[in-house]
Amino acid sequence: MMNKIKQIIVLMFFTGLLASCGNISSNGNSSTSSRGAIGNSAAERVYVAPGDHDEFYAFVSGGFSGQLAVYGLPSGRLFKVIPVFSQDAEKAYGYNTETTPMLNTSHGFVPWGDSHHPDISQTNGELDGRWCFINENNTPRIAKIDLTTFETTEIIEIPNSAGNHSSSFVTENTEYVVAGTRFSVPVPQRDMPINEYKGNFKGALSFIKVDQKDGNMDIAFQILMPGFNYDLSHPGRGDSHGWFFFTTYNTEEANSLLEVNASQNDKDFIAAINWKKIEEYVKNGGGTKVPANYAHNVYDEHTHTATSTMMKEVLTVNPSDVPGAIYFMPTPKSPHGCDVDPSGEYIVGNGKLAAELTIHSFSKMIKAIENKDYDGEAYGIPILKYESTLAGSVKQPGLGPLHTEFDGKGNAYTTFFISSEVVKWKLGTWEVLDRKPTYYSVGHLMIPGGNSRKPFGKYVLAMNKITKDRYLPTGPEVTQSAQLYDITGDKMEMLLDFPTIGEPHYAAGCPASLLEANSRKLYKLEDNKHPYAVKREDQATVVRKGNEVHINMTMIRSHFAPDNIEGVQVGDKVFFHVTNLEQDYDVPHGISMIGANTSELLIMPGQTETFIWEPKQVGVWPFYCTDFCSALHQEMQGYVRVSPKGSSVPITYTLDGDALTE
Amino acid sequence: MILRRIAVVAFVALLTSCGSDDSKSERLTSDNTTPKKEEVKKEAKPAEVDPMTLKGIGPIKSLTLGEIDEKLAEEGHVIFKDKCKACHKPTKKYIGPSPLGIMERRTPEWIMNMILNPDVMVKEDPIAKQLLAEYSSPMANQNLTEDEARAVLEYFRTIKKK
Repeated sequence: MMNKIKQIIVLMFFTGLLASCGNISSNGNSSTSSRGAIGNSAAERVYVAPGDHDEFYAFVSGGFSGQLAVYGLPSGRLFKVIPVFSQDAEKAYGYNTETTPMLNTSHGFVPWGDSHHPDISQTNGELDGRWCFINENNTPRIAKIDLTTFETTEIIEIPNSAGNHSSSFVTENTEYVVAGTRFSVPVPQRDMPINEYKGNFKGALSFIKVDQKDGNMDIAFQILMPGFNYDLSHPGRGDSHGWFFFTTYNTEEANSLLEVNASQNDKDFIAAINWKKIEEYVKNGGGTKVPANYAHNVYDEHTHTATSTMMKEVLTVNPSDVPGAIYFMPTPKSPHGCDVDPSGEYIVGNGKLAAELTIHSFSKMIKAIENKDYDGEAYGIPILKYESTLAGSVKQPGLGPLHTEFDGKGNAYTTFFISSEVVKWKLGTWEVLDRKPTYYSVGHLMIPGGNSRKPFGKYVLAMNKITKDRYLPTGPEVTQSAQLYDITGDKMEMLLDFPTIGEPHYAAGCPASLLEANSRKLYKLEDNKHPYAVKREDQATVVRKGNEVHINMTMIRSHFAPDNIEGVQVGDKVFFHVTNLEQDYDVPHGISMIGANTSELLIMPGQTETFIWEPKQVGVWPFYCTDFCSALHQEMQGYVRVSPKGSSVPITYTLDGDALTE
Repeated sequence: MILRRIAVVAFVALLTSCGSDDSKSERLTSDNTTPKKEEVKKEAKPAEVDPMTLKGIGPIKSLTLGEIDEKLAEEGHVIFKDKCKACHKPTKKYIGPSPLGIMERRTPEWIMNMILNPDVMVKEDPIAKQLLAEYSSPMANQNLTEDEARAVLEYFRTIKKK
């Protein structure tokens, strides 16, 4: 018995020895390795040596955090969390007076959002790296992130919409970014019984024009569709450029217990929208302008300040007024993902509750339209015959299909929520080639460029809803995660999993080379047009206007100018307008004031930001730099003397005992 | 006991056989984070360096000064006020040293390289390294152009004790 155990142990060790060294020796050609993910080669393939850069950027939605996280792939290292729809005290986003207008809506200031689907701008169907768009689901909005500054520079609210989910996907040349409503609502909003939903509620699909020069967004038109739920969407590309496809569910038009009542129909629809046709109709004066109220918030990088404008009108289009522009393609069982392959020929509808994946053919759809191959209509919109548009189906692929991306080599990758796996299958033959588990319950997946004409099919990133036992536990609330697979071989190989910020609904990825060289290093002081910018220390001032005191100060390693301020009184509203005079890369400074009912400021070189402090107590109160800026960072501090209301202490401000002005 | 010994033997074998994989460690040390050989060399003692023989490290290799160009000096004065004065006062020590009399202490090339390339200078130039040790606050790179730095240099030539 003892001998037998010994033999087994010896055998085990030597097997382990061989296997582990075998992996090390495959170092040089790891990408062609066919080993499982357990070996060391997986570690080496995601290892980015200290000081080296990742090959890809991944912009991963923060879900209910409201933000957008920037990771490197293959390492999974987190570089930045870009604040988009939620306040961020770390960066003063939504706290300082400059960015607070970004979160203004028709409902007033909303400090939180639910961010979902990032999409990088495209030219000729390929990623161009100008902007990243992302939708907010709860209070419907679309944001634009500038990919030179990695900052949110514009947010537009979507009127007549609710649950802004089939968003924010761009057309082939970023002519439009598109936002569809998941929840249908009364249009215009009005006081009416909920159970009169059917036939009365509308689903608005919004086409937002993107100015090619500055990216400015403007709602060109809204199509008021029947009151279904519009779940996801993607543009046509190549031959199908000019069309947009939306999955629908709840074609039953249920208004309660949708879990049951919206799962009755055997088939729902993919709505095919010929937006070029509608664009032309609108250009010729078509559509109806209706009153609306929605916020359009724009950040100006020269004033470093956002302004919010309330828009009062939107152009709506009734589908029946543009015959030949909109069709329904029956698609089994509440389809979720709506994904178009790189050629633009195949439209994949992932029926959440279906036993198979349905793939429609664009060319067959056009033929069916020409032949009027209809199977009735819904609210005046022709329903094409299921068989006439069907290209094929993937049989028994898994349970609960959600989303599909493409590798540009003729393969598609679909996530299955219920069976918790990624399945690779072949376009055209519809055969399943491989399947790999995810841990656990995968939602979206992303291949860099995998929803464009030119995917970079090296990795797929699966984003999971549940992690349970995958990491060290952190109480009842545990992280969600992303998992990276190598897809260069015949079989997928899991390389890495890493925690994410919030729930990672979808991501957009691109080669690092597309953005790296354009990433801004600083803001030029000369270009700073902030009304309270102070560009030289000797121009710093402190000015009283009634009970407002404006401190127009500068910061540079490692002092504030001025740093001794007197004459402030209890009950004053004190504005700290602070300019960072540094003109070097990666030298931000921060500032915070004891007891201020707001966040710190974190100010980049050449930038001006403002916080408000309302002192409530007499005394001498310090402020200091919050971002370790130099060896003398701990010395970067100052004092404000607060006197009782009505005190005769005059406003004075000094640095090193001297007045600042020449 | 026997079992443990077997385990140790096997583990040692594992280590030795895998230790031959030195291609990886080579890759790790050949990146640019490794200190360069020059830096490891013994530094010259500060006392042995005559500052007026040093041109510094940066884009300015050689510069001959003519008569003072008052117009250029005035331009330099404006740039100095905009970009430098938060740390340098013309005639007294402040966050950094005063430029008063600098033309007697430093070569014109060194001055311009210190303005244009401070990050490298404070790491590699013996005088700049001494200054960083003395002042603690590193000379900030204010991203001046060569023309702007030249104008500031001209302004330095005109600073006189008050």
